[in-house]
Amino acid sequence: MPAATRTRWAVIGATSVALVATGCGSSGDGGGSSDAGKTFSYQSSEPQNPLQPANANEVGGGRIIQNLFKGLVDYDPANGQLRNQVADKIDSSDAQTFNVTLKSGWTFHDGTPVKAKNFVDAWNWAATTTNNQINSSWFGDIQGYADVHPKSGAPAKTTMSGLTVVDDTHFTIKLTSKVSYFPYKLGYIAFSPLPDSFFADPTAAGQKPVGNGPYQFVSWDHNSQVVTKTFANYQGVDKPKNGGVVFKMYTTSEAAYADLQSNNLDVMDQVPPSALANYKNDLGDRAIDSPQGAIQNIGFTLYQPEWAGANKAKVRQGLSMAIDRSTITKTVLQGSRMPASAWVAEGVEGYKAGTCGDFCTFNADKAKQLITEGGGVPGNKLLITYNADGGHKEWVDAVCNSIRQSTGVDCVGDPKTDFKTSRAAITGHTINGAFRTGWVQDYPLNANFLADVYKTGAASNDFGYSSPQFDQLANTADQADSITASATGYQSAEAVLAQDFPAIPLWYYRTNSGYSTKVQNVEFDSFGNPAWTQVEVKG
Amino acid sequence: MGSYVLRRVLQMIPVFFGATLLIFLMVYTLPGDPIAAMYGDKAADPATVANLRHKFYLDQPVWKQYLHYMGNVLTLDFGTSFTGRPVSEIMADAFPVTIRLALVAFFFEIVIGLTLGLVSGLKRGSIGDTLVLVLTLVVISIPVFVLGYIAQTVFAINLGWVTATVQDSTDITQLILPGLVLASLSLAYVARLTRTSLGENLRADYIRTATAKGLPRRTIVGRHLLRNSLIPVVTFLGTDLGALMGGAIVTEGIFNIQGVGNILYKAINQKEGPTVVGVVTILVIVYLVASLVVDLLYAVLDPRIRYA
Repeated sequence: MPAATRTRWAVIGATSVALVATGCGSSGDGGGSSDAGKTFSYQSSEPQNPLQPANANEVGGGRIIQNLFKGLVDYDPANGQLRNQVADKIDSSDAQTFNVTLKSGWTFHDGTPVKAKNFVDAWNWAATTTNNQINSSWFGDIQGYADVHPKSGAPAKTTMSGLTVVDDTHFTIKLTSKVSYFPYKLGYIAFSPLPDSFFADPTAAGQKPVGNGPYQFVSWDHNSQVVTKTFANYQGVDKPKNGGVVFKMYTTSEAAYADLQSNNLDVMDQVPPSALANYKNDLGDRAIDSPQGAIQNIGFTLYQPEWAGANKAKVRQGLSMAIDRSTITKTVLQGSRMPASAWVAEGVEGYKAGTCGDFCTFNADKAKQLITEGGGVPGNKLLITYNADGGHKEWVDAVCNSIRQSTGVDCVGDPKTDFKTSRAAITGHTINGAFRTGWVQDYPLNANFLADVYKTGAASNDFGYSSPQFDQLANTADQADSITASATGYQSAEAVLAQDFPAIPLWYYRTNSGYSTKVQNVEFDSFGNPAWTQVEVKG
Repeated sequence: MGSYVLRRVLQMIPVFFGATLLIFLMVYTLPGDPIAAMYGDKAADPATVANLRHKFYLDQPVWKQYLHYMGNVLTLDFGTSFTGRPVSEIMADAFPVTIRLALVAFFFEIVIGLTLGLVSGLKRGSIGDTLVLVLTLVVISIPVFVLGYIAQTVFAINLGWVTATVQDSTDITQLILPGLVLASLSLAYVARLTRTSLGENLRADYIRTATAKGLPRRTIVGRHLLRNSLIPVVTFLGTDLGALMGGAIVTEGIFNIQGVGNILYKAINQKEGPTVVGVVTILVIVYLVASLVVDLLYAVLDPRIRYA
């Protein structure tokens, strides 16, 4: 309904007005003065792995790491654009060899300087199989990765031939093939530098990390909190306006929300589903509702013969049109999602609204027609596999109801006990028909939503989707001269998805959060992270 | 007496092995691959997965895994969690927290439960009796998480008397509210159990005899009535201490207390065998010891019971 849309935008409007006001009045009496020495607390969860940069791919560890370490580049929280941090510049003439120049003056928290070798050593260490780093595949583009990380067995080498240290402030990265947007990947925490002391005892360093980021590690009281404080010699463009971040561990977000309401917690990660309906009333202008670079899809088992073939794309397009996205996002999902009109999430570099076209607009008659033209859903029955532990049941049921009512296809949800069981079923190809899938950006660029999911044989291509046309357009985009050209190239690859429809885009995620009365200037980026260093603690 | 205790302790050994084996098998049969789950929505990298499986001994058949685990446990090494922390360290952090919470709850259970039971049991049919019956009925019929959220909203968020969650578990005053919530159900049972037991014994011959002898009421209630009436209550309290420790998952979640319940919940979610088996094994031992203590307490309360 338009009225509801207006309300939502109005709230965002109100938030930004408030932010502008505090920005102006930070030295005056209006928004309250801030104390740069005070810390604020953030809702976190116990890291699942030791605090090593390439070993954190869950939010608990990842958010702590990104504050303790800073890589060559990062993404501007305001617009998601790439900006230089430790890097002075990253040049390439052929999109395959990148020459990195570092700024001088950066040091680790232990006082040792950040040199080119700290990057090269860190990446080599993280890529080597024997070090068991969860994010090691991030280095897969670099020449020599196969030597340190063979498909199985022990690695032949411990250094990648593609990384060469020129001097203290220069090094080169040579890739196996052209990847024009490679600098975007470098903003990921796995590409952080490591101090020399790390390599002496990586296990100990994982418990007491020494980084080069805006905050330095103070203590890790397991299952309770990780305390950090501002690093005085931080050289980045985002100098902290507060004294540090305290990551408080919560098992349930309900408990965190109760703490937020009684001012024992300053910034939330995400409000619990039970509070979605009321949190804007509870928090007033301290409520946050901002876009996130994440999308929810329904994928199809294209590797099954009954779902292969060009005709079945029509069936999938029809099913997509049978889903009333705007009603479901407003009712069942309580406005915490935004209907999707493309396969790339809103706000990401290269995002183009409407790639999906009419197929993402609810139209029951057209849906029935397309499904009939495509020869119908096999057995007139659609199973949507999902994990029962992620709060997906409600919307899967709603999607199925929508499909059943508008097309008569017998659609039912197929819950698997938990996330890992459903993942095992999906990757093991033991499911039938359709499954819930999604993508959260690794970096805010459309290539990440497309190349990593829909390319033939891509690591997260669970559909068995293989389109020569898509692959060719994606490869061309990879070899483009600039990031902008590459993003445009990927837009044309995305258009192929509208024809083949390997997955139905449903909606984009939003950050529904809030903050206490003790802090101000809290804004969230498209990763769902607050702009940590910008948070001001009231004096 | 001594040989009785020894026999009971020896009986614990097979129970200990049986319990650990069962729990181990249960964790093993949980669906899904815990290592692949570390990768979230992303595809797992096979080489690293194989390495990690080897590191955590998951690439062996289940019986070998169990023997390996038990071999380590006998040397008091409970294994390592996925985070790289020794499980014994995790338990050493969590158990004191839970024990404190359980003791606070236990205290309320005894003091409030017994008082309410006495009030209603000694004056059956009075207004006080009816009030206790209604109150306990209400508490028994409301699930503990509802009670917990209501208490949190009212006392922490609306009134601001306490912090919404426990900020420091060594501060007993912060444990009062969670302790009361945790104790609420058992407290109601204790009150009702005491009431019933008192009612039965009040009509017993020895009470009539004592009254006829002209003993003061205080002696009759304190020495004769209470002592005989407490046997079923003590049985309940003993086993309940174990339940308070292992069953605090919901309360610990609401008040964000990083105790055994929370550790267990997280470990089961991550299918982290060593932590689950370690924690549950300790809980089994707590139950066994508690029931032994209860049995021994019978002899103290009732001189007719003797252990050879």
